[in-house]
Amino acid sequence: MNEVEQVENERLEVQLLLEAIYLRYGYDFRKYASAHTKRRLEHRRALEGLPNLAAMQHLLIYDETFFNRVLLDLSINVTEMFRDPWFYKSVRELVVPYLKTYPFAKVWHAGCSAGQEVYSMGIVLQEEGMKERVQMYATDFNELILAKAKDGIYPMNLVREYTANYQQAGGKSSFSDYYTADYDNVVMKRFLKEQVLFSSHNLVTDGVFGEMNTIFCRNVLIYFNRDLQNRVLNLFYESLCPGGFLCLGSKENIKFSDVAHKFEVVAEREKIYRKKRM
Amino acid sequence: MDKIIQKYEAIVIGASAGGLIALHRIFSQRCLDFNLPVLIAQHICPNRESLLPELLRQHCTGTVKDAEDKDVITSGNVYIAPSNYHLLVEPDKSIALSVEGRVNFSRPSIDVLFETASEAYCDALVGIILSGANSDGAYGVSQIKKRAGLTIVQSPDSAEFDTMPKAAIEASNPDFILSLDEIGILLNTLCNRG
Ligand SMILES: C[S@@+](CC[C@H](N)C(=O)[O-])C[C@H]1O[C@@H](n2cnc3c(N)ncnc32)[C@H](O)[C@@H]1O
Repeated sequence: MNEVEQVENERLEVQLLLEAIYLRYGYDFRKYASAHTKRRLEHRRALEGLPNLAAMQHLLIYDETFFNRVLLDLSINVTEMFRDPWFYKSVRELVVPYLKTYPFAKVWHAGCSAGQEVYSMGIVLQEEGMKERVQMYATDFNELILAKAKDGIYPMNLVREYTANYQQAGGKSSFSDYYTADYDNVVMKRFLKEQVLFSSHNLVTDGVFGEMNTIFCRNVLIYFNRDLQNRVLNLFYESLCPGGFLCLGSKENIKFSDVAHKFEVVAEREKIYRKKRM
Repeated sequence: MDKIIQKYEAIVIGASAGGLIALHRIFSQRCLDFNLPVLIAQHICPNRESLLPELLRQHCTGTVKDAEDKDVITSGNVYIAPSNYHLLVEPDKSIALSVEGRVNFSRPSIDVLFETASEAYCDALVGIILSGANSDGAYGVSQIKKRAGLTIVQSPDSAEFDTMPKAAIEASNPDFILSLDEIGILLNTLCNRG
């Protein structure tokens, strides 16, 4: 068998595996970016010492705990507090003043992972005197990671980086005001969680999350293929009020989607967009 | 020699410590009709803007840019892995990014770029390893070699840091081990066939 055939056969194996996951567990990875998906599945295969991906199919179908492990492999949860500090600075300067024009506003963090982004925004809102007037929704399709988001407990060794980010993002206070420390961890203070509703939501299979004033969805779309990105961007369009803001990851883009012309670009580098009033 | 006559569709380059100077040197020899797309994974400090685009832009007629998600890989353009993201090539020859954990202590990782690119391009890919003080990329080159792409490694004695070239040579027995000037000349030759 030559190498081209080999690569094509492996693609077929991946496709069948994703089909099996969808039919058996309802999680739909069929339109995820394929190079990434293949890599993650190969990673698990090698760890388990299985000869090929087809052998993994049997395990996946019969062993639900194995599936849960693969689910974690496929959903990359890497995140940080105030990731891209300059982005949060722009949020403070461009998005928060808009939220202030409302007596009450709703903000959705889609694909929130372990919650670092949610607490970052919570801190910004607190410092801008807006916390009581904003309801935040934090969603992810991965229940395990969502539970971590709710706990808001992070390893102590990350705090130095988070503190630096916070300061670069234009923080007005001291980062240590927002957590209590025990030996190896920090726990985000309770008042940051009061206005947050954590719930499970799958961007591929679930519907609109209505009447949002701002949506954050950063570093999630990169894992989707163009077709699925388009679906999800339509979902965001439908979920936003006219004039509402959409914030994507710094290397993500709406230009390939069919709703691109229904948004205006507010900040190019920060990937902040605004739904036009039609 | 068959491998020089063969037609290629893309070039991937991996570099680490000492890579900036090496890349600059190779690019300064590009001739105008150099038309293959180039994808570069160069290790740099996270949170630091890369100097690479500025440095290479003066030698390129096409666009030199930080790769963005879903960019369609186009002839003549140079795509650089953004700091803190892995750069992957999709089977349809578009770009995908990922923030998954470091691979070989690196993000971007050369192995990730080389492996996914070799699956997309198979034998139509050229892979080049330059100066560096770690062994990222060694596995990636071996994948390109396995799929009959063209593999080139900077000669260790000409590299500012020779760990990366040495590891790549050991892992893959590359087609060419060359100085930077020779790499530049070879790339121009390949392009003129395309
Ligand atoms: C790399 S993290 C990004 C976290 C955070 N937004 C940030 O930028 O720091 C990607 C998150 O997207 C979630 N995700 C992936 N596919 C999803 C889907 N179909 N629906 C909802 N969340 C998804 C993953 O579980 C993961 O937590």
